[in-house]
Amino acid sequence: MPSKLIQKYMREEHLPHIWCPGCSHGSFMRAVAVAVDRLGLDHDKVVFVSGIGCSSRSAGYMDFNTIHTTHGRAFAFATGIKMANPELEVILFTGDGDASAIGGNHLIHACRRNIGITTLVMNNNIYGMTGGQYSPTTPTGEFGTTAPYGNIDRDFDIAELAKAAGATFTARANTYDLNQATNLIQKAIEHKGFSLVDCLSICPSYYGRKNKKGDAVKMIQWQKEHTVSVQKAQNMTAEELQDKIVCGVLCDYDYPEYTEKYQQIIDRVRKD
Amino acid sequence: MKEEIRLAGSGGQGVILASIILADAAVLSGNNATQSQAYGPEARGGACKAEVVISDERIRFGKVLKPSFLLALNQKAADTFAKDLPKETIVMLDESITTPEGLKENTVIRLPILETAKEKVGKAFTANIVAVGAINNVLHLCDNETLFEAVKLHIPKGTEEINLKALSEGEKLRGSNE
Amino acid sequence: MTKVLMQGNEACVKGAIAAGMRFFAGYPITPSTEIAEGSAVELPKVGGKFIQMEDELASMAAVIGASAAGVKSMTATSGPGFSLKQENIGYASEAEIPCVIVDVQRTGPSTGMATSPSQGDVMQARWGTHGDHPIIALSPSSVEETYRLVIRAFNLSEKYMTPVIFLMDEIIGHMREGVEISNDIEVIDRKMPSEDQKENYRPYDCADGELVPALAPMGKGFYYNITGLLHGGDGFPTNDNEVTGRQVLRLMKKIEDNRADICQSESQDMDDAEIAIVCYGGTARSADEAIFQLKEKGIKVGMFRPITIWPFPEEDFLKATKNVKKILVVEHNYGQILLEVQRLAKNLPVEFLGCINGKTISPDEIIAKVEEL
Repeated sequence: MPSKLIQKYMREEHLPHIWCPGCSHGSFMRAVAVAVDRLGLDHDKVVFVSGIGCSSRSAGYMDFNTIHTTHGRAFAFATGIKMANPELEVILFTGDGDASAIGGNHLIHACRRNIGITTLVMNNNIYGMTGGQYSPTTPTGEFGTTAPYGNIDRDFDIAELAKAAGATFTARANTYDLNQATNLIQKAIEHKGFSLVDCLSICPSYYGRKNKKGDAVKMIQWQKEHTVSVQKAQNMTAEELQDKIVCGVLCDYDYPEYTEKYQQIIDRVRKD
Repeated sequence: MKEEIRLAGSGGQGVILASIILADAAVLSGNNATQSQAYGPEARGGACKAEVVISDERIRFGKVLKPSFLLALNQKAADTFAKDLPKETIVMLDESITTPEGLKENTVIRLPILETAKEKVGKAFTANIVAVGAINNVLHLCDNETLFEAVKLHIPKGTEEINLKALSEGEKLRGSNE
Repeated sequence: MTKVLMQGNEACVKGAIAAGMRFFAGYPITPSTEIAEGSAVELPKVGGKFIQMEDELASMAAVIGASAAGVKSMTATSGPGFSLKQENIGYASEAEIPCVIVDVQRTGPSTGMATSPSQGDVMQARWGTHGDHPIIALSPSSVEETYRLVIRAFNLSEKYMTPVIFLMDEIIGHMREGVEISNDIEVIDRKMPSEDQKENYRPYDCADGELVPALAPMGKGFYYNITGLLHGGDGFPTNDNEVTGRQVLRLMKKIEDNRADICQSESQDMDDAEIAIVCYGGTARSADEAIFQLKEKGIKVGMFRPITIWPFPEEDFLKATKNVKKILVVEHNYGQILLEVQRLAKNLPVEFLGCINGKTISPDEIIAKVEEL
């Protein structure tokens, strides 16, 4: 019997989802539904946008206006949607490859404009849909089917990338602490302007297996041991932080939102 | 009535705008006009060519096939476009230009366009408007009021007076016919 | 009615706004940039929006997003940018999101010659994006026709829920001519679903005999999925071959079965013509002058001008050329519409005059070619 949350916000007829056992994309998808519910958003005014890849199948499971776009281009589709109707709450599901490789340029420009889009990057450090190729967030030295001798690329920190490009809210969540994840997603949706949550997802099928990370439980356990909160990190030395990933709100400030600025142009031009 | 007008100079002299003004004036007077220009990658400098075809009938091909009029504002433009001109083409040259060879049978009108803009109007950049006035004086495309209406479509507010002066100085120009 | 002098690219903006365009996303590229510039100036005046995106891929994507949110949208580009837009043009076609894509053709291949005319994108307009898909492409031959035809591009796009390629060329895009701005224009808006369809909304199923879905704009309480994956009635992806086959077939048929409505052409001096010149876009202006001069010489020549390039107006063409002895195709490329003409003309000799060096084909060249025939 599906929960009330699923009945209210998801397309039951298309569940179960396609994700592998142990994958945490579904957990983040649920966290989004909880956040939307808690915020009491107008169901009709929420639009889910996604790109291509495992993560991007999320949009289709949500019973809203949903649009599953082309690889990497979700940011640009979402920009058009938000421009056309700024009333809409635009929430974007993407993955590490979708957002930071093929969509990297679109990501940084969406950040730069500070357009009101909430982005959830389901970051599992691998291309899952195509079977385990290394992505821009696969750590240096690790393996993928296209990095059989170890990855020589440096990896991106997507939250830092977004912050540097001008996103006015960035956060990092992990699979172990889904309460924190839900709270962060909620804050990201509430934030005016471009917000991004780097959701540390796990992919036991490909990333886990290729890199001998163990099963889902072990991978979540690893996240528990290697993540620290922003607050805790403030009192830790660089050495102590070396093998840790900082989770929580990483940046949060006010700057005029893009479609509001454009509306000011319209108002000014029409007054003249 | 059909005029095929070619205007040439260096980028920044405003020959494209001059051609647009002539086309606008034609349309304002109820005629048909097509205007086109040759583009190079330079925003300033470089050679620049613009064309206007004006007719009281439907214009089939919009570019100049057999120029009835040529304006050249610099030597290079004159040398380039004076080649293989039909003998009926009226040629207007700025006085600073040495008349190219091969124009013996053409009507060549030499006028101090650049100098008039600089000295009499007081602004070198009005040379194209001076030229527009001078061309209309020769071709009688429209009345002076319509021509000024066309000029006003393209100039910043507050510059009407200087442009009107440029236009009338151009209309007054009477040069040496060779 | 008085005429106003304007550039082809400017007429494109004016026509688009008259048709109801309220969103434009683009990226600067010669010789189409004036369309972006004009949209940036004009759209806010009518409450519309303009955005300069980071690239052509993004422009096309933003246009689809805005249209899915219910706003008539357009982008404009030239060859290199048209190549980049192809991915999302296919998406618009499959997801059935109306939009207008202007391609002011310039000489190619690759970066080619940015300010020189060409009609080299005719086949790309038809088959530029991957996979079987329908497309509508229109090509204007004058600045005034640009104004009227871009309105028709929007109308066809909304009526058939499909991307429409507005295939201009540098000749018309950069030419200035007088345009009669008329308020007496027909504007078609996309069909809306009725309120009682909100429950179990399955727009892509289409009612019996209907070929065009009534897609609700986002934000109106009609929940459905939009995707570039082949999908079922609610837009959710499926691998059911029966469903996917039916869906793609409907896509093709909604254009094919409506050819009579979509196809437009013009026949000039064809009644007694022995030679038919087939040309379109800016090139038709050269042919127009050539035919005028040839007829003065007593040569029986006329012109068939497809205005709808895709789907090619086959019936009009066959009717117009029924009594001719020869056909001459003139286009600014190495032979693209030529292939359609050869396919349709069957037993008639088909000659070709093309141009690939960036020059404008002159009336004299056409005259010489016709006299040679």
